[in-house]
Amino acid sequence: MSPRRLLGYNLLSAAVLGVAGFYLGWWLGHQITGPSLAYFSDTGQNDIALFLAYIVGVVGFLFGLGFMSYPIQRLLGKPPSLREKETAGRARYFALCTDHKVVGMQYLIGIGFFIFIGGLNAMLIRFELLSPTKQAFNPNNYLTIVGLHGTMMMGMMTSGILGPFANYLLPIMIGARRMAFPRIEALTFWLLMLAGVILMTTVAYGGFPTGWTGYAPLNDQANMGMDSYIVFFALVGISMSLLGLNMLATVITMRAPGMSWGRLPIFVWGVVSTSVLMLLAAPVLISTLFMVALDRTAQTGFFNEQAGGSAYLYQNLFWIFGHPEVYILALPGMGIVLEILPVFARKPLWGYRLAVTGMLGITLLSWLVWQHHLFVSGINADLRPFYMLSTELISLPTGFIFICALGTLWQGRIRLTVPMLFTLAWLFNFLIGGLSGVFLSDVPSDVTTHGSFFSMAHFHYTIMGGLLFSFFAAIYFWVPKMTGFAINERWGKIHFWSMFVAFNSTFGPLLVIGFLGMPRRSVTYAGYLHGGNTWVSISAFFLGASMLVFIANFIWSMVFARVPVGPNPWGSKSIEWQLPSPVPVHNFDRVPTFGPDPYPYGVADGPSARIATVPARPTT
Amino acid sequence: MRIRGHAGRIAALTVVGTAIVLPLVIFVLGPNMPPGKRTTGASSQVTDNTVLLVVMTPFTVFILVYLGYAIATFRATAGEELRDGPPIRGHMPSQIAWLVVTSAAVMFLAIFGTAELFASNGAGGGSGPSPIAKPSGPVLPVQVIGQQWEFTFRYPTYGGVETAELVLPVGRQIEFHVTSLDAIHSFWAYELGVKADANPGVDNIAFVKATKTGSFQIRCAELCGLWHGYMFDTGRVVDGAQFTSWISGERRQFTPVQKYLPPYAPTYKPDPQGRAG
Repeated sequence: MSPRRLLGYNLLSAAVLGVAGFYLGWWLGHQITGPSLAYFSDTGQNDIALFLAYIVGVVGFLFGLGFMSYPIQRLLGKPPSLREKETAGRARYFALCTDHKVVGMQYLIGIGFFIFIGGLNAMLIRFELLSPTKQAFNPNNYLTIVGLHGTMMMGMMTSGILGPFANYLLPIMIGARRMAFPRIEALTFWLLMLAGVILMTTVAYGGFPTGWTGYAPLNDQANMGMDSYIVFFALVGISMSLLGLNMLATVITMRAPGMSWGRLPIFVWGVVSTSVLMLLAAPVLISTLFMVALDRTAQTGFFNEQAGGSAYLYQNLFWIFGHPEVYILALPGMGIVLEILPVFARKPLWGYRLAVTGMLGITLLSWLVWQHHLFVSGINADLRPFYMLSTELISLPTGFIFICALGTLWQGRIRLTVPMLFTLAWLFNFLIGGLSGVFLSDVPSDVTTHGSFFSMAHFHYTIMGGLLFSFFAAIYFWVPKMTGFAINERWGKIHFWSMFVAFNSTFGPLLVIGFLGMPRRSVTYAGYLHGGNTWVSISAFFLGASMLVFIANFIWSMVFARVPVGPNPWGSKSIEWQLPSPVPVHNFDRVPTFGPDPYPYGVADGPSARIATVPARPTT
Repeated sequence: MRIRGHAGRIAALTVVGTAIVLPLVIFVLGPNMPPGKRTTGASSQVTDNTVLLVVMTPFTVFILVYLGYAIATFRATAGEELRDGPPIRGHMPSQIAWLVVTSAAVMFLAIFGTAELFASNGAGGGSGPSPIAKPSGPVLPVQVIGQQWEFTFRYPTYGGVETAELVLPVGRQIEFHVTSLDAIHSFWAYELGVKADANPGVDNIAFVKATKTGSFQIRCAELCGLWHGYMFDTGRVVDGAQFTSWISGERRQFTPVQKYLPPYAPTYKPDPQGRAG
């Protein structure tokens, strides 16, 4: 590699500048606080230094990657280079690239890596809970593992489907060649990766004891590892809101001729409703964490009772973000399920408008339910009937999604391919997730289930059973399109059945264990729950093993076997399947025209869109 | 009656399935639902849990029957050419029926839950400093103080004595006042069906009346820091005479050190000269 390449904007210079920035910020922080501030030297904690280290490090990394080259060139009056978009080849995947398909692949691998880390933490949690009293980890390490698992999963899975699949497919589905803001699109990915690395560095600073919710005033007591959590979630929030903004701008402004709102594939509607929530909810998180950071560094007292603040304020702000966040995790899965069902039932989507209404209804209602997380907290106790009603009302739009899914199966020609299996499993898991949610929405029932393993198992049914199953459905469905290689079906089925059985064998009993009195995030539990917990731990290890089956199969299929698939292995009539696999750099030679029907199954028409091909143009 | 077509068979299977499951839910599962019936609050939770299960049963049976039936019946035969199903894009009557039925269920659950919440005076849940629904008649106030990492208890009607053990008389209406000195804790007395968050500076009230004697477990249900997992205890419900002798014993034992405690108050501020509460 020539020196010119090494000195340019690439991952190496980004890493060097990132580390240099980290230590520059660290040094600056120590200069600011100095030895005169006895407070910091007493505790051995310097939050200001760590915050500055993270922030300057992030800026350095992004500078090294080339995010500043466009504004700098503009400032200097030079024409901006779009070289990163034009180049082909593998190096693009390790650099700043504004091709939405490259960003989608980067997201898939990057998020997959961090989900794997989060999953390892889950294995450690279940290992600890094999015994009610004997401890494998000390309490601080256990809480850090719990916090890392929850925070990593919640942070990464927000973009788990929009990152890889919406980035890759949404422009194609609406007939565009790129996203509205390609550089912002790349920025969301790199911010998320930086966030993941920063969260993992928490172990170097003592971890954090708060779990993923980070409640005050515990977050103020915590040692420096808490700062990693704050910077992580703030970066995830910035990444999320930019991602949502980009998606909305793309769908609003870049639809091809004929692609009216009523013709959008249902997956795009899932992305739109998710993006609205991302754009509006993430800023609440960012500003809340900013206040926490001020509490920890500038000694403000927003969330400190003794300093005139309120711990309730944090709970309110966190869940005003946190409940839409839950639907940020659920809605893309609904979009994927309703997108995949027509292909393998070979029928149009049943009740298109009802499904869209359901998604938009969830988007609206998700803002009105956050205090159901605070039913026993004593806050606004008189308003509990309202939040009970609004929470239960969400089951109506969710019911729309279900009836549309069931209706699509009606008299179909169902093919049980691997993506279809994951889709049907989504229906089963999300049904249980939704039903268990009804207990949590009912205040008298919630008194016992609140803060117990029941609520933990409930949201694992909706997030893991819902989002992660639809994530795998999307992988088995679309990765052949994205890479051009088939995923081995036989091993895919082994993965599905082992995961489905192990998942239900893990979280089904957890619903019962929670109801029988097991609190969340506790390193000990009552002796009578020992048998159940042992069963759950063993099932969880099988669940982890099923993920290894997937990873082995994925790597085998993509790296070694490399069986090429044609453009349309599933016989879908959607536009992305009318293009070659993988999709060429510029998506289409000509802008496609869309017909009136996004799911033209059972009618004589061809696919949903016509893509005019032009003979190879002479290169100029 | 003759059952015709897919819809008829799904409807029949749903009715049969519901008819089998519903009695099991009402007569077998329902009465044994957690957290048991040892207090008024816990009993009303059991009632709620049972009603929720009953309402859910037909929906669950329908969706599972439909899924199973669809997967079994509407299958493409192995090796057949790609053939499309009929282009059905919706069915307004069933969409409206679904909307009406689910709305009715949701409205029923919300109204029932609200009525049960007020009728049971909060069903043992923390209801804030000034609950609307209060039991009539005399109450025994018991303060629960959460701090890292233990619960202590004060009995204001017995001179504000502070104890390390929670003992309650059977058959008397208890009024828990839950507060915290530091982080957020949650006072969870599982068999009593009581859960109330302990917030610093907040007096969170929960009502319960024990109907049976026996011991119960206490756990902290809100992550409160390092030793959260060890913040558990066992309490006792005893009869009135035993309670009187226990509380007078506690008062005898702790009166000499009572002067070091702050006077009883709904909430406490940590005192730099020594820990409060």
